[in-house]
Formats: sequence, structure tokens, C-alpha cells
Amino acid sequence: MTLAKRIVPALDIKNGKVVKGVNFINLREVGDPVESAKAYQASGADEIVFLDITATLEERDTIMSVVDAVSKEVFIPLTVGGGIRTTEDMSRLIKAGADKVFVNSEAVKNPDLITSGAKIFGSQAIVGAIDAKWDNTAGIYRVYVAGGSKPTALDAVEWASELVSRGVGELLVTSMDADGTKKGYDIQLYSQLAEAVDVPIVASGGAGAIKDFTELFEQTNIDAALAASVFHFGEIKIPDLKKVLKSEGAEIRI
Amino acid sequence: MAIIIVDYGAGNIRNVMKAIEYTGLDAKVSQNPIEIAEADGVVVPGVGAFASAMTKLRERGLVEPIQQFSKTGKPLLGVCLGMQLLFDSSTEFGETTGLGLIPGQVVELPKQKNYKVPQMGWNKNKVSQVNPITRTINDKYTYFVHSYYALTDPKYIAATVNYGKIDVPSVVINNNVIGAQFHPEKSGQDGLKIWQNFKEMVESV
Repeated sequence: MTLAKRIVPALDIKNGKVVKGVNFINLREVGDPVESAKAYQASGADEIVFLDITATLEERDTIMSVVDAVSKEVFIPLTVGGGIRTTEDMSRLIKAGADKVFVNSEAVKNPDLITSGAKIFGSQAIVGAIDAKWDNTAGIYRVYVAGGSKPTALDAVEWASELVSRGVGELLVTSMDADGTKKGYDIQLYSQLAEAVDVPIVASGGAGAIKDFTELFEQTNIDAALAASVFHFGEIKIPDLKKVLKSEGAEIRI
Repeated sequence: MAIIIVDYGAGNIRNVMKAIEYTGLDAKVSQNPIEIAEADGVVVPGVGAFASAMTKLRERGLVEPIQQFSKTGKPLLGVCLGMQLLFDSSTEFGETTGLGLIPGQVVELPKQKNYKVPQMGWNKNKVSQVNPITRTINDKYTYFVHSYYALTDPKYIAATVNYGKIDVPSVVINNNVIGAQFHPEKSGQDGLKIWQNFKEMVESV
């Protein structure tokens, strides 16, 4: 037997509030991160990812309060990222209740942050986040930073290996080509990544229907599937999704 | 009823506390040997490395109070690394002596194809001994994050999860001393039940 495949809803948080309201269930307050996370926990989510998109430095503390409040009522792993620049940022999030923190652009700018973070908090707490987009001319998946707005010189598969050698315990990889299309996960990207590294990979971007999840788990050796809007807007209900995945033979926690 | 969570600087102590409070247990974080001695139940939390955890316990003078408490017959629960500390020793960073409350040794998970180390994620428990802690977890998934596991006599193993060729002990027990390799504070409803079970154990003594 192997570990259960994980279904991971993601919430964007801005100034302490959920940005795209979760309205798949009757919440007292649509933008409340605690209520949203509790609803996801109740629906069978295996983990929850919070992306802090708070714009200003002064308002950064709001994410700490969110993580602290959520971890008082939600007892599944919480992964938090967005704007992490120092090991002190990591420490504050972990103390607030995050089980894992993810770093994206800053890891490209300052790879030593990953090395130090893994040494201090352990690899299990450090997730490398990558935004990747297929570059037809170069024939590689190119790494983008700054919320997908800036291309870098990095090849995503090579960068993934570099992050693992620096100590990340997991990768959270978003396909910019698939993201928002609802046409399914980027099977080719995840197949290449799963071949290249031996840490768990969370796939993100492209989920539009239940069959997208079954395809991802059948065709790649990926450990977890992340989605946001299909869960938020109730287009896919996690209990239905898990039932189908299990009936098709995937190891699923129900 | 007083439950003491032993404070030796373990990283997950606040999350353990949050889960215990959510379950409605009256618990307190403490490194005071007197409070440990007078407790009705003691929890040893833990994430990270075996050797540095034992060093911290020793520096704070907590090894003997925990060992003494175990002799009272009152429930003592070790969680994740806290479970591993209950054993005689670990091979993590050389041979390190543990609390010696359950016979056995903690060793590294072997490398196996398709089974990553650390084992990080949800795995399904198989209960071999029904006891106050394991009675609610047969066939239930709980959340694991670990690179080492306990080698011990089957009589101390109450539940396991399968990981390739290895049946990893997920719950161990030696009379009143219990250990959970998984994180009950991160295992959803089935994890919260473990704290409830522990509460009932403490109340029934």
C-alpha cells in the first residue's frame, strides 16, 4: 500500500480575507478564512494551501492571525506561502500554526533561503513553489516569477532538482499554460517532474472536471492535486471527487 | 484533571495544544517537574531529530520526571518524535539513548522504490491490539511525517501502517505508556478522536 493521494483546495488571502469567496456551502461569512477552511476540512480535504496576496508589507501580519485562527479549528496540514523573504518569515508562520511554508520567487532570487530554511525547520516544512510555462522555442518548461509575470532563464525540471538538493521536502508546481483553462492538468509537465525528483509533488492548474483528477493520478506518479475555483464555486464537490477516484482504484482517504 | 504537555521546545507544541484544547481537555504546557509528577496524564510532543530532543529534555532536567511519571500507572502519550523518544535508543545521528519506557530501537526507514523518505502523508491504520487509544482507528487514515520508525517486539505494537515492505508501528503501547507515530493533531476527525480517547483514559485511572 502507498500513501493516499491528496486533494488540496487552495485559498487566496488578502488582508486577512479570502479573495474569491467560497460559496459551495452556506458560510456565515463568505470571506472568512476560518469558516472556509473548516468547510473544506469537513468535506474531506487532505490539506489546505493558503496563498497570501496581501500587497503591502504593513499588512503582512494579517496572515499570521489567519493561520493562528485557522489552526485552532482545523486539524489537517496547513501550507502557507506568499511574500516569504527570510527564515524569520518562515518561523513566524510556523509558530502561528503552519505545517509547511512555500517559497516561490524569493527562492529564485535567493536560493540559500531554501537551504537555511530546510536546516532550521526540516525539509518536511519547506515547499518549493514553481510557476512553469512551456517555451516552444527553447523546448523547456520555463520558470516564471513575480506571480507569473517575469520569465527567468531557468528550466523548471532542472530548477525542481536544484530545490530538492537544497532541501525542499515537497514541490508545488503550477502549470501556467493549464491554469485557468479548466482543460485538465499538464500531464507532460508532471510526468517529467515526477521522473526527475523523488519528493512529493503537488500539481496545480487546469482542474475543470473530475476526470482531470483521475487522469492526473492514472497517468503520472503525482502525489497531490491542488485546485481553487472548481472547489470554491462548487463545480466539483470534494466528497464526489474522492468517491470517483476511489472507485477507479486510487488510494484515497474517505 | 490535569494534563501536562511537556515543554522542551518541540516545534509542534502549540498545534498539539490547539488540538487538545479543541477536544475540550484541560491541558497545560509545562517544564516543571512538580507539575509533571502531579499530572493525571502527560503528553510528550515532538518533531525533528531524536538526539537534539533528548539533549533538550536532559538540559531541562525532564528525563527523570517523565520516567518517574511512567511508573505511576497514569497515562503517558508520546506523539510522533515524542513516540520515538519512548524507546531505548535511536540510530539517528549515531546511537542515542531514549527514555527507555518501551523496549526497542528507532531506525531509519529503508530506501524503497516508490516509497519516499520521509513518509509524508495519509496512511491507513491496521489495528492489531484494540486498546483505549486504537479502538477508533482501524482502517482509518492518519497523517504521518517521519524518516525513522520503531523496531520492537510485536507485543508492544497496537497498530501499523504499511509502507512498502515495512509495517510501520503507528501506535505502540507498554501498559500505561502509549506512543503514536502519526500526528493526531493533524489527522482530522480521526486524529481528534485520539485526544478524546486519551482524555477518557486519563479519566478512567
